[in-house]
Amino acid sequence: MKNKQSYSSKTIENRFEIFRVIVAIGISLLVALLLIMFASKQPLNALKWFLAGPIMTMRNFGNVLELFIPLTFGGLSIAVMFQCNQFNMAAEGSFFLGGLGAAMIAVGVKMPSVIHAVVALLAGALFGVVLCLIPAILKVKWKANEVVSSLMLNYIALFFGSYILQYMLMDPDAGYIASHSFPKSARLAVIIPKTGVHMGIFIAIVMVVLTYLFLYRTKWGYAIRITGQNENFAKYSGIGVGSTIILSQIAGGALAGMGGATQVLGMYTRFSWVSLPGYGFDGIIISILAKNNPKFIPLAAFFLAYLRVGADIMSRRSDVAPEVVSIIQAIIVVLIAGKMFLDTYKHKMIVKNSQRQVKEEA
Amino acid sequence: MAENVADNVLVMENITKVYPNGFVANKNVNFSVRKGEIHALVGENGAGKSTLMKVLFGIETPDSGRILLNGKEVQIHNPSSAIKYGIGMVHQHFMLAPSLTVAENMVMGIEPKNMFLFDFAKAVQMTEDVAKKYNFDIDPKAHVKDLPVGQKQKVEILKALMRGAQILILDEPTAVLTPQETTELFVQLKELKKQGHTIIFISHKLREIKEICDRITILRDGRSVGEADVKELSEQDISNSMVGRNVVLDIQKTEAHPAENILSVRELSAVNKFGKTILNNVSFDVRRGEIFGIAGVEGNGQSELAEILTGLRPYFNGSVKIKGVEIQNLSIRKIRELKTSHVPEDRMTFGIAGDVSIKENLISDRFYKKEYNHSGLQKAKMINEEADRNIKEYLVKCDGREQPIRMLSGGNIQKVVVAREFSSNPDFILVDQPTRGIDVGATEFVRKQIVKLRDQGSAIVLISADLNEVMELSDSLIVMYEGEIVAYFPDTKNITEKEMGEYMLGIKKMSPEEIGDVIHEK
Amino acid sequence: MNAVMATIFSASFLFSVIRLTTPILLAALAALITDRAGVMNIGLEGIMLCSALAGVVASAAFHSAFLGLIFAIITGVVFGLIMAYSALNLKADIILVGIAINLMASGGTIFVLYSICGDKGNSTSLKSLTMPSINIPVIGNIPVLGSILSGHNLLTYIAFLSVFLIWLLLYKTPLGLRIRVVGENPNAAESVGINVRKIQYIVLIISGVLASIGGAYMSMGYMDKFSRDMVAGRGFIALAAEALGTGTPVGIMGSSLIFGAADALATNLQVLNIPVQFVQMIPYALTIVGLIVYSVMRNRKEKKIGISK
Repeated sequence: MKNKQSYSSKTIENRFEIFRVIVAIGISLLVALLLIMFASKQPLNALKWFLAGPIMTMRNFGNVLELFIPLTFGGLSIAVMFQCNQFNMAAEGSFFLGGLGAAMIAVGVKMPSVIHAVVALLAGALFGVVLCLIPAILKVKWKANEVVSSLMLNYIALFFGSYILQYMLMDPDAGYIASHSFPKSARLAVIIPKTGVHMGIFIAIVMVVLTYLFLYRTKWGYAIRITGQNENFAKYSGIGVGSTIILSQIAGGALAGMGGATQVLGMYTRFSWVSLPGYGFDGIIISILAKNNPKFIPLAAFFLAYLRVGADIMSRRSDVAPEVVSIIQAIIVVLIAGKMFLDTYKHKMIVKNSQRQVKEEA
Repeated sequence: MAENVADNVLVMENITKVYPNGFVANKNVNFSVRKGEIHALVGENGAGKSTLMKVLFGIETPDSGRILLNGKEVQIHNPSSAIKYGIGMVHQHFMLAPSLTVAENMVMGIEPKNMFLFDFAKAVQMTEDVAKKYNFDIDPKAHVKDLPVGQKQKVEILKALMRGAQILILDEPTAVLTPQETTELFVQLKELKKQGHTIIFISHKLREIKEICDRITILRDGRSVGEADVKELSEQDISNSMVGRNVVLDIQKTEAHPAENILSVRELSAVNKFGKTILNNVSFDVRRGEIFGIAGVEGNGQSELAEILTGLRPYFNGSVKIKGVEIQNLSIRKIRELKTSHVPEDRMTFGIAGDVSIKENLISDRFYKKEYNHSGLQKAKMINEEADRNIKEYLVKCDGREQPIRMLSGGNIQKVVVAREFSSNPDFILVDQPTRGIDVGATEFVRKQIVKLRDQGSAIVLISADLNEVMELSDSLIVMYEGEIVAYFPDTKNITEKEMGEYMLGIKKMSPEEIGDVIHEK
Repeated sequence: MNAVMATIFSASFLFSVIRLTTPILLAALAALITDRAGVMNIGLEGIMLCSALAGVVASAAFHSAFLGLIFAIITGVVFGLIMAYSALNLKADIILVGIAINLMASGGTIFVLYSICGDKGNSTSLKSLTMPSINIPVIGNIPVLGSILSGHNLLTYIAFLSVFLIWLLLYKTPLGLRIRVVGENPNAAESVGINVRKIQYIVLIISGVLASIGGAYMSMGYMDKFSRDMVAGRGFIALAAEALGTGTPVGIMGSSLIFGAADALATNLQVLNIPVQFVQMIPYALTIVGLIVYSVMRNRKEKKIGISK
């Protein structure tokens, strides 16, 4: 039945999804261009740096890859939780605490290299899990709204971390608020000379694969996805909905925590975060762009990293602030999340196709 | 029909309604109502009553046909225009805001104003006026949530009357009422009639129809099978026209050889969230190798019974044992691990996850088991092969196992559900409305599979509001009425529809001894 | 400990409670009005932030604090409309829309701030104006009480007046009745010809207005300039305040005062010998505690009537 002219409705939907994402990105970039034209005295110059800056030098491209690492972790963390239909925003706090936990191990204990880094990463993951678990438990036990509780927890995590930094980790000789410097044994080595791109990129890629396998190839991931898609169906099938929700937040917290640890051990010699790093929130944008599928998260993370670095370069070379990117992101999120965005067009496509099918069959 | 057109306040002509999934709910239905009468609209579940009334009230648009009010053709696109034409509807699920007062509910959408403020005193006055006019006893300042169901219904009726309803549609109004409340309602309906209002009364309860209605229209299988004066018909006549058989699908079925007891239900009782008793002292046994039918008009406790037997409703009194194991405190997974299965009544809500592939919908009950996993990963090849096998064996029409299930037709979705629940070779399976809203081909296929499963040695409980189905398929059956078993037929061969109708509609009830035979293990 | 007590029972502390309650109260009322119509507005934080900046910029541009406020409100309305269009027309999950607006606001305000002032931290270089403070004639002269209640910013009085106005709107106007019906049973509303989408548009606009006044207060009352992320989670705390206030304007005033007090405590206790971080945590920790208390109470109530399984 199938031939070149008509397609199965699934193919149409898939193609349409790609088309929708492209249109959403296109519209948001267009808005960004307009904003830049409006804000800048030499808009063409600003645009050039914004769009081409990241690939003009190896160093700049290195920056893209550096940023790619935490964004990938953020996206994975959110994807696992969104797949279970949980809007847990504590990924942000988990990212921060993950960095803190890794720093505590790095500064606080002596271990042989590699093992030191691994233990520090695991400590970061553990810190992340603890924080993300709280909203999950409150939700399962008392149906407390996870959005509000997790947002509050982010602030608490920040103040807690800043207390630990100030009273336990701080190096008075550093000259600024920062921990003692990490020993080499705990640091993640730089792998591309003259850039900051470190081992963490491999860890990130491995986690993409593992998260994909976890979500799509294990029984736990299956339970998470089914629960997120239709809680009633999960319950009817005998899946423990409460424990599945908790499991998804544990996985999300671990990914965010490990992301924070990777970032701190790879990019810095001391822990000096005095505000939330934002990668957990970025994860939301990435996850939505990737349709919550780990497979597409590297692509989405790379795209966002490119935009961010481009905006950064633009801000250094022209008079536009890099935060223009946040406007692009918001538009993308809303348009992709909007089920009815371009829906009439999709409907037309499907009708046309089925008419063609009818003709062919006749 | 033509002779008294002048008396007809409402005529619906040749109404046909096809739902997007291809289900034809009304086929050239003609329906006419005379001014000032109480007109019964009856029919089995799925006969098309609700659809016809939704068309009249502007909730559904018919594919063909026309509506005449007082001889003039009208277009009714939405409930607002129906209200404008003087049509009011009292839905089964009340359209009320519980935390608001009666007066506020009465005037919503037509609020009286004093300057720019809402004039509550005026709303109370309006409510009192309309209540007084129709002799309803209601406290306008009471909060709706504090009212008993009967009072809520009065608010609904008054709400329609306040908006000038001349024709009032009541959708199974007595289903939720106590006998006392029903009596009171009938007094009020007669009062409304006296004041010139026309009432369309949808009901299954023949005694009530005889008591209060003037004329009757009977629908069967989407068609109108007749219109008559209620006086001229006996309850038996009505019941016979309602439940007459039409399409008899040919199902090859050998005699059953029931073996040992699998399911034992004893003195099972349950209440709903309003505290109304929905199951009352129900006891029965189901044996291996038999199809045990549960017949009855919907809403007589079958859904709740299904929920209890499958673990979805954990709160009940009495005992339910599957293979000797009490299931009251078991999780759904533990119940399923007793080798039980469940084809749910509402397949879209409970039976599938729409955006997920067919393949993954096929393993939701077994994905966690050892044989499907190997060192932490799912055995993809095995799951794929099993999916392909099931798709083939259960004749699921699709683009392949990876297609999201929501893209399939209703019949094919049900085949996937059936494939999952049947392929686990259950010892006990509950099959709830297995062919509702699916096409003839799928219906026949599903029914054959049920028989096949029986022959493989399952104990099967079949709940169906479709009389054909439950009589044709079951080896033995019970009839439920108002939460109780009112009849038990150890053998379904010699039952007539007429008899069934009388039990289902509460005209007759067997003796406790006869019903007690449903317990095989004393 | 004595020092703590002395702080809490001073008139200046109570004055600061009212000062800090103002933005939370306005945002909580904004959350209330949407919630009553069945819409959850998570974007309050972002709307407040954008309005705070809009107010500062407009007041500097037009040399008028009042025009600054008007522009802040227009900003709030625009965001309310954006949320309504995305959630009601495009059918995006309203929680995601809210999150998107918050993310956009924290970066977007910095972008605009930098484009205008060339500074990413605050708007000190702008000659922005603040809304006037008001001394209440008679009450202002009463000892102690006068120093607590009088002398607040105009917007503080507007906030407390809004409690009354929102109460009036919800319970005493036809629109309020429709809002409550839509929130409780949209089918019932639809069945009597009430346009549910229109009502939800209206509440999101009102919500935008209230949140934007709260935002304007932050930059033109509480402070006299805009600084990055100055709303600091108050838009989220307001969501908890709304839940705890059991959905009534007066209840929300009570819960907002509690959170305002926690905020004031956090500000005032910083002089003491407790690590400053723990003091800063107070409002947020209290919010979580409040949320738990609310959820437990709600579940008990549901169990009583046998809804939850």
